[in-house]
Amino acid sequence: MDWLSTHAVAFAIVLPLLMAAVVAMLPNVKRLAWLVALLVAVFVAVAASVVLQTQAGLGEIIYEMGGWEPPYGISLRIDALNAPILLLIAAMAVATLIYAEPAVASEVEGRRSGPFYAAFLLCVAGLMGMVVTGDAFNVFVFLEVSSISTYTLVAMGANRDRRALSAAFNYLILGSIGATFFVIGVGFLYAETGTLNMEDMRSILANLDGGSRVAQVAFGFIVVGLGLKLAMFPLHTWLPGAYAYSPTLVTAFLASTATKAALYLLYRFCFTVFDPSFDYVAAVLTYIVTGLAVTGMIFCSLQALFQTDARRTLAFSSVAQVGYMLLGIGILTVAGLAGGYLHLINHAVVKGGLFLALGAMWYRFGITRISDMAGLSKTMPITTAAFTVLAFSLIGVPFTAGFVSKVALAEAAAAKGWWWAVGVIMVTSILALFYMGRMMMVAYFRDPPTVDGVAWKRNEAPALMLIPIVGLAILSILIGMRGNVFLTDIAENAAWVMLPGSGL
Amino acid sequence: MEYLFSHFNYVVVIVLMMTGLYVVFASRNLIKKLVGLSTFQTSVFFLYITLGKVASGQPPILEKDPSSKSGYDEHTAFIDPVQLAASGDTYILPGQGSEILYSNPLPHVLILTAIVVGVATLAIGLALTVRIREVYQTIEMDAIEQQDFQYNLEGIER
Repeated sequence: MDWLSTHAVAFAIVLPLLMAAVVAMLPNVKRLAWLVALLVAVFVAVAASVVLQTQAGLGEIIYEMGGWEPPYGISLRIDALNAPILLLIAAMAVATLIYAEPAVASEVEGRRSGPFYAAFLLCVAGLMGMVVTGDAFNVFVFLEVSSISTYTLVAMGANRDRRALSAAFNYLILGSIGATFFVIGVGFLYAETGTLNMEDMRSILANLDGGSRVAQVAFGFIVVGLGLKLAMFPLHTWLPGAYAYSPTLVTAFLASTATKAALYLLYRFCFTVFDPSFDYVAAVLTYIVTGLAVTGMIFCSLQALFQTDARRTLAFSSVAQVGYMLLGIGILTVAGLAGGYLHLINHAVVKGGLFLALGAMWYRFGITRISDMAGLSKTMPITTAAFTVLAFSLIGVPFTAGFVSKVALAEAAAAKGWWWAVGVIMVTSILALFYMGRMMMVAYFRDPPTVDGVAWKRNEAPALMLIPIVGLAILSILIGMRGNVFLTDIAENAAWVMLPGSGL
Repeated sequence: MEYLFSHFNYVVVIVLMMTGLYVVFASRNLIKKLVGLSTFQTSVFFLYITLGKVASGQPPILEKDPSSKSGYDEHTAFIDPVQLAASGDTYILPGQGSEILYSNPLPHVLILTAIVVGVATLAIGLALTVRIREVYQTIEMDAIEQQDFQYNLEGIER
């Protein structure tokens, strides 16, 4: 047990990385690749929860990879900021993989299912790596591991909808540009500080006191690069296509983890490498990031209203929700950061569940358009019920997850005196009510379509799909009812890591 | 003007970077976009290598120390003793405290990794282009968007 708690961090990365190669080479026996991938994901989730527990006891874990000391080797660094995200990614990987068995069988060609799971595990490894690593260049490597595997995963949707190919290509171009911007920023930081270790960078930059032009340029490049990856408002154009046409479980996994891991990196670089007490960092966060966040919230919520495709609606809604999290950064107080962080976790749970539910609807009835959702409350009652709960959570109805984090954010904005931000949160929540309500209306108040005079019969999703969907719906209610007990502490601890002095 | 020449590498980096970025966004052909992307990424390799180069520095490679036939001096402390025992000679590592200037090896190592990443991205991009050509019969962005638009109008057949 002691051995496990020491090395669990390394396990969380190495295991999926190695097993990806194994899974790719497995013989094409029915379900074998799925079973191995699921086992790996469960192990990773166990490792991540061990890490979270150890971190809660120790406060900060620094794991020296291969026994090399930090200035020479790469160290993994776990604190209250990234341990919960590590567990979140692992848990979402398990949830989507449980769902995967029937979904992949129908969406991906049989002989490609092995490579599909291999790419999925690579993506998990990359996301885990970029969350735990304490080395700036290592972040880039893991970022690209996860991105490149994501491009292939998105492209595998071509079996179902050929537009997945052009969406994947767009994602590849923009994603690579984003990663390259990030690596340019890291290069400038290296030129300025002479180290790649984030902790060392922080102390050297603190001595510079924000006076360095090179560090300012580096900050700009890093924010833009990560902004592309996390779909900050004007840089989000890759997202709707990639979410709408990729295989359903890939959408669910990406929506709940990939942008979240990139957002974590933004937290990491803005607050624990750079410091918001530097003038230029504070200026960028207060004016540019907040401005883009608010614009994105309004603009993308409006765009979501006018989509015909259900998954495109949710994709635009995702960009709007990223705006909430960025607003939390822009508020620049512990309360604001905690609210944003809480929203990050809640949104991962909620959006993951929503995309899984839409995937189940596609699996049974081939539904992609909102107008085709007619009568789903009769044909797929359990899925629709879970979908409704999650939709309420996205809107922010009381006793659901979305309510907790939206209230936390609004309180933080009000405490800062930003009443207009409270207004924006209200307005976008109402817009969310409309675009989610549109789907609910069709699902509940229209009769199931009839084919040759016979109405569609009740045809519930298979159990393997229902387990994660219902599980996530229950989780979102649990967070809503009891979230102030366990999640608020986690979010506040994370916020204290970001603003330790809280001089702001 | 002299400033430009003394920072010649950076001029090259900026020109390449902007060319690449322009090509990515301006061209509507998928292959040309990938060419632009590669150019853009290559400019970053140049940037890193420029950072690592020290003027009149030599490669950071171990050299045999002509003066000392035996024993360690402070510069050999990093060297694996097994290697020393096998060869019977001592080596010096040019570094802090020694007179020899050497270029920083770390950026080169980083860029080796980045090159691999770039190659992988390019490979995926080309593979996607091949698939797009198979499905759409074209690699022009405009024609693809036209077809997607038609496809949207006609709806999804299963």
